[in-house]
Amino acid sequence: MTHNPILKYQSQAVAKPYFIAAIGLFVGQIIFGVLMGIQYIYGDFLFPAIPFNVARMVHTNLLIVWLLFGFMGAAYYMVPEEAETELYSPKLALVMFWIFLVAGALTIVGYLLVPYAKLAEMTGNNLLATMGREFLEQPLPTKVGIVIVALAMLFNLSMTYLKGRKTTITTVLMLGLWGLALLFLFSFVNPHNLVRDKMYWWWVVHLWVEGVWELIMAALLAYVLIKTTGVDREVVDKWIYVIIAFALFTGILGTAHHYYFIGLPGYWHLVGNIFSSLEPIPFFLMTMFAFRMVQRRRRDHANQAAVLWAVGCAVMGFLGAGVWGFLHTLSWVNYYTHGSQLTASHGHLAFYGAYVLVVIALISYAMPTLRGRIANSHKAQSLEMWSFWVMSIGMGVMVLAMTGAGILQVWLQRMPTSGAMPFMAAQDQMMFFYWMRLGGGGVFLIGLVMYLWSFFVGGAPAEESLGTPRRGGLMPSPAQRRLKHD
Amino acid sequence: MSTNSSGGFTKEMARNIFYGGSLFFILVFVGLVFHTERTIPERSNEAAMTEAVVRGKMVWEQNNCIGCHTLLGEGAYFAPELANVYQRRGGDASGGAFIKAWMKAQPTGAPGRRQMPQFNLTDGQLDDLVEFLKWSNGINAEKWPPNIEG
Repeated sequence: MTHNPILKYQSQAVAKPYFIAAIGLFVGQIIFGVLMGIQYIYGDFLFPAIPFNVARMVHTNLLIVWLLFGFMGAAYYMVPEEAETELYSPKLALVMFWIFLVAGALTIVGYLLVPYAKLAEMTGNNLLATMGREFLEQPLPTKVGIVIVALAMLFNLSMTYLKGRKTTITTVLMLGLWGLALLFLFSFVNPHNLVRDKMYWWWVVHLWVEGVWELIMAALLAYVLIKTTGVDREVVDKWIYVIIAFALFTGILGTAHHYYFIGLPGYWHLVGNIFSSLEPIPFFLMTMFAFRMVQRRRRDHANQAAVLWAVGCAVMGFLGAGVWGFLHTLSWVNYYTHGSQLTASHGHLAFYGAYVLVVIALISYAMPTLRGRIANSHKAQSLEMWSFWVMSIGMGVMVLAMTGAGILQVWLQRMPTSGAMPFMAAQDQMMFFYWMRLGGGGVFLIGLVMYLWSFFVGGAPAEESLGTPRRGGLMPSPAQRRLKHD
Repeated sequence: MSTNSSGGFTKEMARNIFYGGSLFFILVFVGLVFHTERTIPERSNEAAMTEAVVRGKMVWEQNNCIGCHTLLGEGAYFAPELANVYQRRGGDASGGAFIKAWMKAQPTGAPGRRQMPQFNLTDGQLDDLVEFLKWSNGINAEKWPPNIEG
C-alpha cells in the first residue's frame, strides 16, 4: 500500500474495496429493479429465463448486501480515525472483504442459474430450513458466511475501538453493528408454525431497518456532518443520543405494526397505533439535526457534494420512512393497505432515503480521500450533485406511481364488501401507474449512470474557500449573514 | 438543545435516557412477545398442524413462493394472496383440487400475461402444499383480509 497523505490512518484504506463493491452491486440491484418494472407491464418478459421471483430475490438481496458492504466500509473508515489509532488488523478486513464478495456473488449466480428448490437441496436446507422467506432467501452457507464476516468485522473494530479514543459516534456505530449481527441470528429461527415464524422473522427485518440500522445511520450522518461543517462535538453528541433514543423507544414497540394481521393477538393493534405513529420523530429529528449543523457550520468544506447527500438523506429519510410509513401504519388503515402497492411505495422511498443516501453520503466524503485528495474537482462534484437530483426525482416519480397504484388497488380489490375485483383484474386497471413507475425507474437509472460517471471526471481538486463569501452551497452560514448586514 | 452546555440538558443525560429507556422498551417488548407466544397455539389452531402441513410449509419455502405471492399480506405483490386461496377456490368442496390442477397447468403461456413457473411438484408435495394452505386459511388474523379476494 502506497502512503496516502490525506488519510490520517493508513489502515482506513481497507474501506476502498468495500465501497467499490457496494457501488457495483448497487448497479446490479437497479438493473434487476428495472427488469421487474417491465415484468409488471409485460408479464412474460424474459420468462422463463428470469422469472419474477428470481429477479425480485436478486433485487432485494443485492440491496441488503451492498448496504452491508457500505456499512462495513464506513465502519472501517470511521473507527480508526475516531479512535485515533490504526485498525487492529487491516489484513483480516481485506480477507473478509473477499469472502463476503465471493459468497455474495456465488449466491446471486446460484439464484440466476439453479432452480431455487434445487439450490435449497444442494445447500443443505433440509438440515436447517432457513430459506424461502422474504429477504432471507440466502442458502445456509451464505447465511453462515454473513455471520462469520460480521463477527470478524466486529472483532476487528471492537479491538480498534477498545485501544483508542471512544467517541459517541463510534460507540453508537458499534452498538448498531453489534445489534445488526445479533439480530441476524434470528434468520436461523424458522419454527414450523407459520405465525411464530413470521413473528420472529420481523426481529431481523423490522428491528434492523427500524431499529439498529437507525443507530448506524445516525452515526454515519453525524460523522459526515462533523467533518464537513466543523460543528462542536458536544452539540452533535447530544443530538445523536436524543435521535437514537427516539429511534429505539418508538421502533422496538413499533414492531407491533407488523403484528396486526399475521395471527397475533389484537392488543398489538393498540401498541402499534401508539408507538409506530411516533416512528417519524427520530427521522424528523435527523432532518432538523442536518439543517442545524449546516446552518451553524464553522467551515465550508471543499466537498460540498457530501453535504448535499447528507442533507438529502435526512430529508428523504424523513419522507420515506417517516411520512410514507405513517401513511399506512394505523391498524384501521393498514387493514386495507397491508401487502398492497402502498407497502412497496414506502419500502422504496424509505430504503432509498434513509440507507442508500446515508451510505452514498459517507462514500462521497470518504472516496476522494481514499483516492488521495480532500475533495473532487468542482466539475466532478457538480455532476455528482446532479446525479443526486436525478436519482431522487426518479425515485419520487416511482413512489408516487406506486402510491397511486396502491390507492387504486385498495379501492378496487380491498374496500368493496361484495363484488370486489380479483387481484389480477385489479392489476390490469393499475397499468397506467406501472408505466409511470417504469418511467421513474428509467430516470433513476440515468441518475445512477451520472453518479458512476462522476468518479471519472478529472480536474484539480476543489479547495476550501476560507474567509471569503462563497457562491453556491446550501445555505448562508451565520457568518455570511452577518457579513451582509455589516 | 442549545450549544450552551452549562446546566440544562447535557449529553450525559441524553445518553442515560437512551440506555435506560431502550432497556425498558426491550423488556416490555420481550414481555409482550412472551405472552403472545402462549396465545399462538390457539390462534393458529396448532392442533390441526399435521405433519403434512409442516411438509407443505417446506414446499412453500423451497420453491420461493413468497417471491411473487403474499401470505397473510407479506411477500411480493406480483401475484395473489394465498393464505385464503383455499377458501377462495371453493373450500373443502373444491379448494384442494383447484390448487393442484392450477399448479399442474402452469405456465399458461398466454402472451403478455404474468407467468407462473412449472415447479414439477410430485402429487405428494402438492397434497402437502394444499394441507398447508388449508391450515393457513384457518389462522385467526383479526379478520384480515377484508374480503375473499385477499
